[in-house]
Amino acid sequence: MRRTWRQRITFTDVVIWGIGLAIAAVVVVGTIATLRSGKYTPEAWFDLALSGLALGGVYALIALGYTLVYGILRMINFAHSEVFMSGPFTAVFVAQALNRAGTIDSHPVLSLLLITLVSASVSCLIAVLLERIAYRPLRTAPRLVPLITAIGASFFLQYAFRGLYGSGIRAYPTLDILDGAWNIGTFRVFRTDVVIIVSAMVMMLVLYAIVQRTKIGKAMRAVSEDKEVASLMGIDVDRVIVVTFALGGFSAGVAGVLYALAFPVVNFYMGFIPGLKAFTAAVLGGIGNVPGAFLGAMILGVVESIGPNLFLDGLGVPAPNQLKDLVAFVILVFILIIRPTGILGERLAQAKA
Amino acid sequence: MARTDRSIWRQALNAGIVAGIVSLLLALVGMVESFEARDIIHELVPMGQLLLVAPPFVLGVGTARKLTAGRAISRPLAGLVIGLVCGVVLVAVRLIGEAVNLREVFINASPALYEGLDFGRELLPAALLRLAASGAAGLAGASLALLGNRLRNALLQAIVWLVLLGLLRDLMVIVINRWGPITPLLRWMFAQRGLTPVGAASVFVVISALVFLRGGPKAAAKAARPPGRQRVVSLLTIGSITAVLLLLPPVLGTFFSQVLDSVGLYILMGLGLNIVVGFAGLLDLGYVAFYAIGAYTMGVFTSPELGFFNLTWFQALPIALVVSAFAGFILGLPVLKMRGDYLAIVTLGFGEIVRLLALSDWLRPWLGGSQGIQRIQQPTIGSYVLGNQMQLYYVFLAGCAIAAFVALRLKDSRLGRAWMAIREDEDVAVAMGIPPVATKLMAFAVGATFSGLGGSILAAQLTSVYAHSMTFIVSINVLSLIIIGGMGSVPGVIVGALALIGLPELLREFAEFRYLVYGAVLVGMMLTRPEGLAPEARRRLELHEEELIAAGGEPATVAVAAAE
Repeated sequence: MRRTWRQRITFTDVVIWGIGLAIAAVVVVGTIATLRSGKYTPEAWFDLALSGLALGGVYALIALGYTLVYGILRMINFAHSEVFMSGPFTAVFVAQALNRAGTIDSHPVLSLLLITLVSASVSCLIAVLLERIAYRPLRTAPRLVPLITAIGASFFLQYAFRGLYGSGIRAYPTLDILDGAWNIGTFRVFRTDVVIIVSAMVMMLVLYAIVQRTKIGKAMRAVSEDKEVASLMGIDVDRVIVVTFALGGFSAGVAGVLYALAFPVVNFYMGFIPGLKAFTAAVLGGIGNVPGAFLGAMILGVVESIGPNLFLDGLGVPAPNQLKDLVAFVILVFILIIRPTGILGERLAQAKA
Repeated sequence: MARTDRSIWRQALNAGIVAGIVSLLLALVGMVESFEARDIIHELVPMGQLLLVAPPFVLGVGTARKLTAGRAISRPLAGLVIGLVCGVVLVAVRLIGEAVNLREVFINASPALYEGLDFGRELLPAALLRLAASGAAGLAGASLALLGNRLRNALLQAIVWLVLLGLLRDLMVIVINRWGPITPLLRWMFAQRGLTPVGAASVFVVISALVFLRGGPKAAAKAARPPGRQRVVSLLTIGSITAVLLLLPPVLGTFFSQVLDSVGLYILMGLGLNIVVGFAGLLDLGYVAFYAIGAYTMGVFTSPELGFFNLTWFQALPIALVVSAFAGFILGLPVLKMRGDYLAIVTLGFGEIVRLLALSDWLRPWLGGSQGIQRIQQPTIGSYVLGNQMQLYYVFLAGCAIAAFVALRLKDSRLGRAWMAIREDEDVAVAMGIPPVATKLMAFAVGATFSGLGGSILAAQLTSVYAHSMTFIVSINVLSLIIIGGMGSVPGVIVGALALIGLPELLREFAEFRYLVYGAVLVGMMLTRPEGLAPEARRRLELHEEELIAAGGEPATVAVAAAE
């Protein structure tokens, strides 16, 4: 049906574009004002951007879990933030034990690998159990039902871990080899950030290779395309789904340790905000799409890190860093409203959502 | 489906392991220990021990019901196996705890917990006792399957009442002591802690007998009454409920009134969210935003502290309601095109944005930042201030009554039917000529108004608002209660609010674990009974369509008949 442009534009669109333009204006005016004020040196921007990239790496690994599960089951695994929390919150005991035994100082790399392995295994286990107990029986239920289950599971896990390990915060020991920074010209490059970014990229490449190159990856893509046809082709759909959850959980566990390198305290509530941000990243890049998750996470990390200072400082907003999360949520809301398919997304969100 | 004997034992073994893990989890998260001091029956049955034997009992009931084939004796035996396996798990962990210091990791693996697990005895007799206790629980649970449905339900309900009465002993005694002449009549049931053995036995007998008799042929006779008499009966019921509700605060005292106030607040919000989620099927996870907006509007307009306005509570109320409704409208606009989980996340984002804005230094001159707004006016009628908890109860009651009335009327209106049509299938609804934009926006606006009303009353109750308390958890509380009660069901909201908000307020020990229990209940509810405790007929139909058709008969009539 052909309609003129006047008919196609609804009141809703006008409102959305109005708000969008207002936000764009704030960003542009704020950026210009901040840059003209010269309050921040290039070095300061570089610091912010680098820590943003590191944060983005962590988000990317968490986002992978959302994206893989969404790609296959078309559901938001709301409890993924707790999968992320469970790993580092458990591995902290290993880290503390290693620290007491002195192993962390004598064999730092080995200890770090061990901690990561424990964290990843715990997250992986939780993700698989979650699928088995909470999601599998509901695969054919109406959409709202698994989502509510996921919310319930998220709270259950959060408070179960709170009950098991206590509500206080626990601190990771510091690794001496990660302290300090390299100097390149006038720029400082923190070792922790580099380690986080590099490990996140390596992990992403490995997982991408698994999805694209291996047999099980092919099966995952087939199931994501059409569950029934895939099962007719002899693919064990249940097994593929378990592997998907396991992969997502594993990378969330790794992300947890990387997160703990940057922010060395863990508690039962640590998953909520990073989980939501990672979901934002997954949506930003195009949910269901592995490279998209990486791209979205990096963009989100950097924008979140430099955004408040860049956009808001120049406007005279006091304490712009308080609004860091706000920047991320505004991105989330707007991406979902304006382009729910994300940057690299297929036209999936509209067809299936 | 016929099962071989071997698979019965395998099922029992699996169920036993699950029971063991659940019992263990209850122990390690600290629930067992914190309930240890509360006796259900004085010095005989502490709640902590009851928690440990509850999983084998429940799984015994469940497993035995599933086992239809095989000889009758195999069912209690399966229950025994479940209990014993569960006991073995507990004993094993107890022994590990003896060798290794589990407390380094699990903070609740304390000597107090071990003492509870050991019944205060030496290791070996303790282990045997533990096995016996778990085994007996499993056996008892599974044996219930041998009884008829009616008797089993009566016994199970009596057990639930017994536990509730025992848990709430302190509060019951406080209330009963206010009743003057009736006090000694009821006081004998309660001991120093929990119920007296005689009291417990009589409660058990009376309640199981009542439930058993009510399930009889009388229930059918009640439905067959002529319509005129039904009307009289329902009017009488409404009248007596109103009288009881009006008399509650003086009868129960200040503490209970405060609890009822919280329940009332959540009923209000639940009724609002029920319209959005239950009627229209739009999952809103940022519902706390409207409650915050209502409370903050009330604060901005009535608090002399900020110095913009100085209205009275009743003058500011319409403004707060309009602002909340408008906020619902604004939120509704952009998310109209979204469905399901995307909608949930966007609304969650909105809720967080509102909270972060209210907390920020940026808006501090207007909203008070992290300090919030103090000195909010309380409602006044003439020169009479409705200030304390008992007086505010009536404000909440009035709010809930209005909201419930509006919700009930809306449900059967053209708009209500349009909401349900959109919930069931949006494309079909649009094809039938329902305007999706206006319908969804109305749902958001009405839901937001109820929540704003709740927020306004809350602001008056606390005489202050803080953004710190406006977190995602509030939205989850509200969502949980409407799901427990039954989505789309107005009585369900009340049931849900009493169970989820009232109980934790009354039971301090429980309050610490409320979110753990909420989470478990949400998952369990979705897995076993997605329509809720007090379901709405149509909703049940949607969720159980296939089973009902499979059971024979036309789905609509079956569902409506089942709901009557």
